[in-house]
Amino acid sequence: MKITVADVEYVARLARLDLSEAEKNLFAEQMDTILGYVEKLKGLDTDGILPTSHAVPMENSFRPDLTTPSIGIEKALANAPDRVASFYRVPKVLE
Amino acid sequence: MELFDLTIHELHDMMASRQVSSVEATKAMLARIDAVEPQIGSFITVTPERAVADAEAADKRFAAGDADILTGIPLALKDIFLTEGIRTTCGSRILHNFVPPYSATSYEKLKDRGVVLLGKLNQDEFAMGSSSESSAFGTTRNPWDTTRIPGGSSGGSATAIAAQQATATLGTDTGGSIRQPASHCGCVGLKPTYGRVSRYGVIAYASSLDQVGPMTRDVTDCAIMLGAIAGHDPKDSTSVDTPVPDYRACLTGSVKGLRIGLPKEYYISGLDPDVQAAMDQAIGVYRSLGAEFVDISLPHTDYAVATYYLIATAEASSNLARYDGVRFGHRAEGATGLLDMYTKSRSQGFGAEVKRRIMLGTYALSSGYYDAYYVKAQKVRTLIMRDFMQAFEGVDVILTPVAPTPAFKIGEKVNDPLQMYLSDIFTIPVNLAGTCALSIPAGISADGLPIGLQLVGKPFGEETILRAAHAFEQETGWHLKKAPL
Repeated sequence: MKITVADVEYVARLARLDLSEAEKNLFAEQMDTILGYVEKLKGLDTDGILPTSHAVPMENSFRPDLTTPSIGIEKALANAPDRVASFYRVPKVLE
Repeated sequence: MELFDLTIHELHDMMASRQVSSVEATKAMLARIDAVEPQIGSFITVTPERAVADAEAADKRFAAGDADILTGIPLALKDIFLTEGIRTTCGSRILHNFVPPYSATSYEKLKDRGVVLLGKLNQDEFAMGSSSESSAFGTTRNPWDTTRIPGGSSGGSATAIAAQQATATLGTDTGGSIRQPASHCGCVGLKPTYGRVSRYGVIAYASSLDQVGPMTRDVTDCAIMLGAIAGHDPKDSTSVDTPVPDYRACLTGSVKGLRIGLPKEYYISGLDPDVQAAMDQAIGVYRSLGAEFVDISLPHTDYAVATYYLIATAEASSNLARYDGVRFGHRAEGATGLLDMYTKSRSQGFGAEVKRRIMLGTYALSSGYYDAYYVKAQKVRTLIMRDFMQAFEGVDVILTPVAPTPAFKIGEKVNDPLQMYLSDIFTIPVNLAGTCALSIPAGISADGLPIGLQLVGKPFGEETILRAAHAFEQETGWHLKKAPL
């Protein structure tokens, strides 16, 4: 399977990335090489093998349902690229 | 003897006996940073005022009889650890202006002990890399040969030790990012068992693999640092609630009867001859100390890099979705709408390697490919974990090289991502298995470059690998070799 520039454009859209023509061509070639390499996994029989998502055996981790102080509005907004009063400001979502 | 060239325990002894103050040691370290930083580039941010203030506070603790082994010790952190009030970039342009509102638990624990913060260290962008060349803040150079890479992603954390710019540092290791730079720079680096150290306040790359660990001048310091940062943290639900042993107490110097496994899949024909020779010598040293060797097999080793680059990139593509220009970090100017702002901010803020991994991960998780790539990789991960668990039924530790070659040249692999990924072939399986491993100095190549030895332990078997590493270090003294800077 060959990764095409169209595949790269589709994935970039999903990933919210805007790539230059040069980047698209480079990534198509490099993703093709890397995905070609990972194809080797397909030759391995994993029937009946459970997937591992977490390395350490663990049950759900619960804490008491208590209200605790948070960092507060000013600290939370200190890094905001743009703000109004106690809100983050972003470009209009709906016209 | 120079103040900037001491271990934690040596500097502590001098401070405890009032031969030197923390302020004096800190100023000596800051002067050393100024002197060698133009050649090496270990730091993204140096914090001299903070360091002196921390040192003054530490000296007060000594005067009040309230000091312990870490009080007044000048440390530096990989720039992946959040530090309240101090810019934290993770090596990325997208966080060039980010000043965290809180600190990582691992740093908080060290701060409570009275350490001195010298600054924040360079790294591959978002910890994605094996050479520290993907940082948005320039390439860090190897103090042993400044035309070579220091390893990565915790490159600055290793060079700061090797170039004597910090007494100890913290790094993170997702696929080898502590052990490989430690190996290339001739220092000690430990990746603890997943869950041993809190990840709270550590910028996430691949959450099921990331782990925090120390980088130090010797194994004793490594044990001291691990003891300080290990333990359960209510703020990290994946941190494990098991008691933290006294890691320093396990450094008995004895490996008599220790069963050491040699996995045949790691001793391959492509291994650099100097690396092979260092491993052969190390095996001889352990044998002379009374350890026993067992030939073992980790049959799925050859699948580890492929498995890693599906799981890690998938998790990264999800973790890095938060960088959208809304709440913090870089926001693009002149966007025509919300979606355009996300896309422009991300495209301007991320470098090439980060974009490549987000793309790979997004692809592996996308509709139609999820089972074939992501779930398949998770199943192979199960097989790789089983390999280790089966091997550990017959051995106490596993001995391997850290990297197939000593440090490569700057620029050598930047245009060939797959070759770069394959340089982590011996460290990646440990992260997939979730267990612990460390790198210790074990030789010098014909080109004068350090070679590291990896000891892999059972899950939560840090005491055993530290004991084995300490015995080797005391016998050989490789850790005493200095970069010719």
